[in-house]
Amino acid sequence: MNKPLRRVAVFCGLLVLALLVRVNYVQFVEADQLSSDVHNRRVAINQYAEPRGDIIVDGKAITGHTETTGSDFKYKRTYTDGPMWAPVTGFASQAYSTTMLEGVEDKFLTGDDDRLFFNRTVDLLTGKEKQGGNVVTTLNAKAQKAAYDGLGSKKGAVVALDPRTGAVLAMASTPSYDPSSIAGNSLTDEKNWTSLQKTSDADDPTLNRALRQTYPPGSTFKLVTAAAALQDGTSSDIDAKTDSPDPYTPPGTTTPLVNEGNIPCKKASLRDALKYSCNSVFGKLGDDVGLKDMVSEAEQFGFNKEQFVPVRSAASNFDTTMTPDHLAQSSIGQFDTAATPLQMAMVASAIANDGKLMKPYEVDKLEAPNLSTIAQTTPTQLSTPLSPENAQKLQSMMETVVSSGTGTNAQIPGVTVGGKTGTAQNGVDNKGIPYAWFVSYAKTDQGSPVAVAVVVEDASANHADVSGGGFAAPIAKKVMEAVLGK
Amino acid sequence: MSSSNTTTITSVGAPNRRNTELALLVFAVAIPVYAFADAGLAKHGSVPAGLAEYGLGLGLLAGIAHLLVRKFAPYSDPLMLPIATLLNGLGLVLIWRLDQEPRLGAPMAPNQLMWSALGLVLFGLVLFFLKDHRVLQRYTYISMVLALVLLILPVFFPPVYGARIWIRLPGIGSLQPGEFAKIIIAVFFAGYLMVKRDALALASRRFMGLYLPRGRDLGPILVIWAISLLILVFETDLGTSLLFFGLFVIMLYVATERTSWIVFGLLLSGAGAFVVGSTEAHVKVRVTDWLHPLALQNGGVTETAQAMYAFGSGGLFGSGLGQGYSRLIGGIASKSDYILATVGEELGLAGLMAVLLLYALLIERGIRTALAARDPFGKLLAIGLSGGFALQVFVVAGGVTGLIPLTGMTMPFLAQGGSSVIANWALIAILLRISDTARRPAPSPAPSPDAEATQVVRSQ
Repeated sequence: MNKPLRRVAVFCGLLVLALLVRVNYVQFVEADQLSSDVHNRRVAINQYAEPRGDIIVDGKAITGHTETTGSDFKYKRTYTDGPMWAPVTGFASQAYSTTMLEGVEDKFLTGDDDRLFFNRTVDLLTGKEKQGGNVVTTLNAKAQKAAYDGLGSKKGAVVALDPRTGAVLAMASTPSYDPSSIAGNSLTDEKNWTSLQKTSDADDPTLNRALRQTYPPGSTFKLVTAAAALQDGTSSDIDAKTDSPDPYTPPGTTTPLVNEGNIPCKKASLRDALKYSCNSVFGKLGDDVGLKDMVSEAEQFGFNKEQFVPVRSAASNFDTTMTPDHLAQSSIGQFDTAATPLQMAMVASAIANDGKLMKPYEVDKLEAPNLSTIAQTTPTQLSTPLSPENAQKLQSMMETVVSSGTGTNAQIPGVTVGGKTGTAQNGVDNKGIPYAWFVSYAKTDQGSPVAVAVVVEDASANHADVSGGGFAAPIAKKVMEAVLGK
Repeated sequence: MSSSNTTTITSVGAPNRRNTELALLVFAVAIPVYAFADAGLAKHGSVPAGLAEYGLGLGLLAGIAHLLVRKFAPYSDPLMLPIATLLNGLGLVLIWRLDQEPRLGAPMAPNQLMWSALGLVLFGLVLFFLKDHRVLQRYTYISMVLALVLLILPVFFPPVYGARIWIRLPGIGSLQPGEFAKIIIAVFFAGYLMVKRDALALASRRFMGLYLPRGRDLGPILVIWAISLLILVFETDLGTSLLFFGLFVIMLYVATERTSWIVFGLLLSGAGAFVVGSTEAHVKVRVTDWLHPLALQNGGVTETAQAMYAFGSGGLFGSGLGQGYSRLIGGIASKSDYILATVGEELGLAGLMAVLLLYALLIERGIRTALAARDPFGKLLAIGLSGGFALQVFVVAGGVTGLIPLTGMTMPFLAQGGSSVIANWALIAILLRISDTARRPAPSPAPSPDAEATQVVRSQ
């Protein structure tokens, strides 16, 4: 009986061998894939097993952490002035994942980023717990506060850039929400989360209006039209009379472009047309420039493309195929034209920076837990929408708007301010409440330290009262004052 | 049976190796005690309060078992008792560690310790009363009846977690009679085959290179196959039916030395598994889970997927005892069927392979006992018990790691479960008894009276 016994022994050996091969396959070959599977709760548990690194503004952390009990997750994120900073930080929630900077820099904040490998190894050897890195932002706390307080209870958004570098100085969006209220995974967090969803709150407080919402830019888009006309040579003297009728009827249609109110737009110069915001002049100008050059100039400013700051923004829109009448409407910021507040801040900053558009960014540097710099953002130029001479012409026009036009509300004593108001029609036949826009920049001897775009969509306001100069300019002024230290 | 010298022992002067056993037992107690302290430190930051009691208790049990072996089976295999003690001790630590997760229900470790002690009592009783394993031959047919009764009994009790493998006794709790039936049916097969093996092996016709047995000899295998399928259908217990059928085929093959039995066995079990696998809903779910382990069910992660995540997260060296999240597997099975997932996550690939190799070593010692046994009944019984043990380890570990579809069986000694630990201690006792008989030195031959009388005459 020993021969079959030996064979049975071999068979049992094969069974054990099969098991050993299988466990090696599962725990070695498949291990990485299994341990990082999205449904593996350990991923989330580890994400919150140590305090996250902080997001830092002006040297101070605007995030923190508390320990939670009765949960798989040890540490919970907390936020200082959460609603004010929410468009920047986003949230890091044990139950609802991460967004904005918390999402984009998640690996760095948790300490899992490969760039922190050396620190992790040292920590391992010295027996310290894993620590997350810090994200140091470019934001300016005073400007952010001015923007957030300025918007107040109104719905809207503010983006302020440093035109010289592209650094984001302020990014506010209202109504906002407190990321702390949904950071955990308790029943309260769930209730807060549900109440923040668009289905239960039509104002959609978690929407980052500064980056993710596009609005018709209205008259503020006339800056792009003017830039296109200057760049392609359709106009060169901003003080010369233009050959424009009032009202202007674009080719291929019988519907004229009319001007709001009784303003002197017939044959108005570019300076006057911008000062009074003449639809007829800029509508005709857009058609004169032509679709190709209009599209090219708009795209030089960043239209039709998502921006990564490094958080993704929505793409602003300027149609690439249009009939002349639609082009005329688009050239005054109506029809399909749509822009994020970030986009319009980029337009203002390119003009203020003598035609050079810098790539907007909100992360200055990434710091290891021991505060050594791991990555530093260097300002990069995105494009050159304008020549320096043309940029200065446009600056001169925008300064006229603030000194004696529709933007007088943005005047700051002793500072050169250029701006453009906008009142964008909303909805079919202008039934909705118009959006009030104001884009502007302030200038000192060292160039322009700040460009701001403000949009206010205020449903509570009287329809006729909504205007860029009245609603949005004072907010822009406050933000510029904050940056200038006034 | 070959008459060449293939036994692993020599007929004289075999050392009894009891001191080796004692030295190994020291490790078998020290390792779980260390593991217990480690798990406690990781879980609560302090050495667990019961460490001294646990260490003393385990040491005492191991010591008594060792003395019993020294007294009643002095020539038995020295490895089996230490390995079983180590696995049982590690199992207790793992169960205690899972008890620390409030979500996994009431603590099970104290009960398991009690059952382990009872298992060792049965171990002692077997060694004491079973002076010679050949006595069991007398109970061949009683064993058959008893095994069938034990197997059929759970049908009359309500199913638990989809399988009818428990019987509920008021005051005592739940018992899994299948675990005991495993031993008893091996006794029956050994007794039956010892008598019938010549008829089965020789009275056959040759057909296409295979020896086809006669119908009346083929009868029993068909009956056992049918019974195992019936168990599967009525109790939805894939593991037990596979175990019994495999056990029978192995023993039949060893008894008759005819490969044709293996072929028949594989064909029949393959056909049976296919039919049941594609009709029985409970089994069908398991097969689906096996083919798509990570698929979501009702938007949630399945237990199968959770076990895979546990293994994957353990990686090479594991998270350390007490520092894993195998509690995520949830349910009651994390302390029994899925305990290997905790081993995989917290002790890593290295620890899991070590545990599997411990089982492999135990199986190997069992087969070696079968090789060494000098009587056919002992050979058959030893190979039946160790082959069944091997199949059980393969079916459970293969199921939990996703090698084969999952079946509800327990990892011997390691998993929580009273019936299992008691039955397996009895199994070890019987194997020790057989190996004691096998390794016992043969009485030295009586001096031959002719030896002196024969003279060598040197020719000049």
